[in-house]
Amino acid sequence: MSDLPIGWRDHQEPGRYRLEQTGSQDIFGVVHGPQSLKPFVFAPREPLLQIERTKGGFAAHPALPHPEQIAVIGARACDLAGLAIQDRIFLNDAYRDPYYAARRDELFVIAVNCTRALSTCFCASMETGPRAKTGFDLALTKVDDMLLIEAGSEAGSGLLSELSLSPAHENLIDEAARCIEACARSQVRQLDHARLPQALYDAHDHPRWDEVAGRCLACANCTMVCPTCFCHTVEETPDLSNQQTAHARLWDSCFTQEHGYIHGKNIRPTIKDRYRMWLTHKLASWIDQFGMSGCVGCGRCITWCPVGIDLTEELSALLTSDSRSSVVGSPVEGT
Amino acid sequence: MQAEADSIVNPYVIHPATIVEKIREAEDINTYRLQFVDEQMQRRFRFKAGQFNMMYLFGVGEVAISIVSDPDVPELLDHTIRAVGRITKSIAGLQPGDVLGVRGPFGQGWPLEESPGRDVVIVTGGLGCAPVVGAIEYIFRRRAQYGSVKILHGVKTPHDLLYRERFDAWRRSPDTEVLLSSDQPDKGWRYHIGVVTELFELVSIDPLKTIVLMCGPEIMMRLGVPILIRRGIPTTAIYVSLERHMECGIGLCGHCQMGPYFVCKDGPVMRYDRVEPWLGRAGV
Repeated sequence: MSDLPIGWRDHQEPGRYRLEQTGSQDIFGVVHGPQSLKPFVFAPREPLLQIERTKGGFAAHPALPHPEQIAVIGARACDLAGLAIQDRIFLNDAYRDPYYAARRDELFVIAVNCTRALSTCFCASMETGPRAKTGFDLALTKVDDMLLIEAGSEAGSGLLSELSLSPAHENLIDEAARCIEACARSQVRQLDHARLPQALYDAHDHPRWDEVAGRCLACANCTMVCPTCFCHTVEETPDLSNQQTAHARLWDSCFTQEHGYIHGKNIRPTIKDRYRMWLTHKLASWIDQFGMSGCVGCGRCITWCPVGIDLTEELSALLTSDSRSSVVGSPVEGT
Repeated sequence: MQAEADSIVNPYVIHPATIVEKIREAEDINTYRLQFVDEQMQRRFRFKAGQFNMMYLFGVGEVAISIVSDPDVPELLDHTIRAVGRITKSIAGLQPGDVLGVRGPFGQGWPLEESPGRDVVIVTGGLGCAPVVGAIEYIFRRRAQYGSVKILHGVKTPHDLLYRERFDAWRRSPDTEVLLSSDQPDKGWRYHIGVVTELFELVSIDPLKTIVLMCGPEIMMRLGVPILIRRGIPTTAIYVSLERHMECGIGLCGHCQMGPYFVCKDGPVMRYDRVEPWLGRAGV
């Protein structure tokens, strides 16, 4: 219990993250931190193979993880939506990634339905939240000093049956739904995805890309905190004797110099190219690739961008034919 | 550990293969003929012309290289590699008997099985001819199934002309034309002087019976395809083999994206009408 952020809440704005103590006994006052569920399943550094030199060659041994069961308390609907997207990519594409699968099998998720939205949240417009729909084992909704608990899996039901809890009153269920609905209505940001992917493909030469590239630092923060970004690179680390080598994958980002490198040239040499690559992939080509948007509306990329670039605002500017009238960014408050 | 590895398909596992022959093609280009150390792997390895492998060097890393050899002779697995980057330069120091790693084959090959009865025009530039060599061998093994074959190949300098003896052999085949061009020729150059797309003017093409296989610099495709379209060839009959940064080979690492495509998985061979909106777009 002492690990839970009891009595704390977070405030998030573009380029700004602050925690404050509220003096309350609220367990779930913090909506989310920089990381989603992603690191638990798509590990930031995942050894793929352990390769040893042998007489006349080498032998490559899969370094499959043997994770312990992990229960995560407090995952949000956006986190679950992100997990569902990662499942689609790592488990249900041409291959079932055995490393991701091993970690995924051991994950037990206790979700919390959001009853407070951050200024950066737009899950309602992405239809991913604030209510956790699927993918959880248990889902909690806090209503005053009561917790409404819902099972979403066999494992969740099993756990629930072992606890001596009283069945929820209909009144409590209705009140929880009202709180979640009010949270959805309170969201100030939204992402207009109706005309995607094509509208963003069509905006390839829009002057807004130059404008946002002037602010973007290509620091890769947005991709590191995104619950769905899946780019990775492979790193080879031989030991000092050069007899053993670790072949591992690491999170990568389309904002790096190396991402688009091919024998002597870079396909995406400028920050403009890379920001356009990221946003177009996230919101447009992702739909063509996986049948779903790559954005869940968690707002992390807005909060953790050191210069407060807001993708919802960039998208609206890009979908407006005359961009030059709307190039003023929203002020970064409190910095 | 081994039992566990065998129980699921692990696309990351690298298979050791011995270099049985190293053929020098040019100063910085060699063809490596490989044989898997594991005989079972050797027996079951099959590929299509136009597919690629991830080649691995112990302690250094992996690089995507197209398979250059005849898909009907899978026991001879050839890769032509130019020493240009960190990994390929290290590979250049290897000799017969040394061991490389192979993971593959990956990607979509040339649509040859789907094209019986068609004339085939092959347009390549520089080392870009490597991915079509296997396609040409495939056609010549089934010569009667295809119409005329025209091989148009351009190089910057005569020094860049690889596989000379193969071009000579293909030229002697029935109903086959081989046209070469160099835009920086030397005194001994007996062929066309200029860029490869100028060779289109020197061949007759039956536009509705033809499929075109193109491989080389993207600028060659962007300049060449409009000429082919003017000759009446539909863009649905033109196939291009593309190059992008690849690390995984299975559409997961994200580097090779071009618009909605993962070039490693949806390509490298792609139908032109599908990639046309993206080719030549800056930063795509």
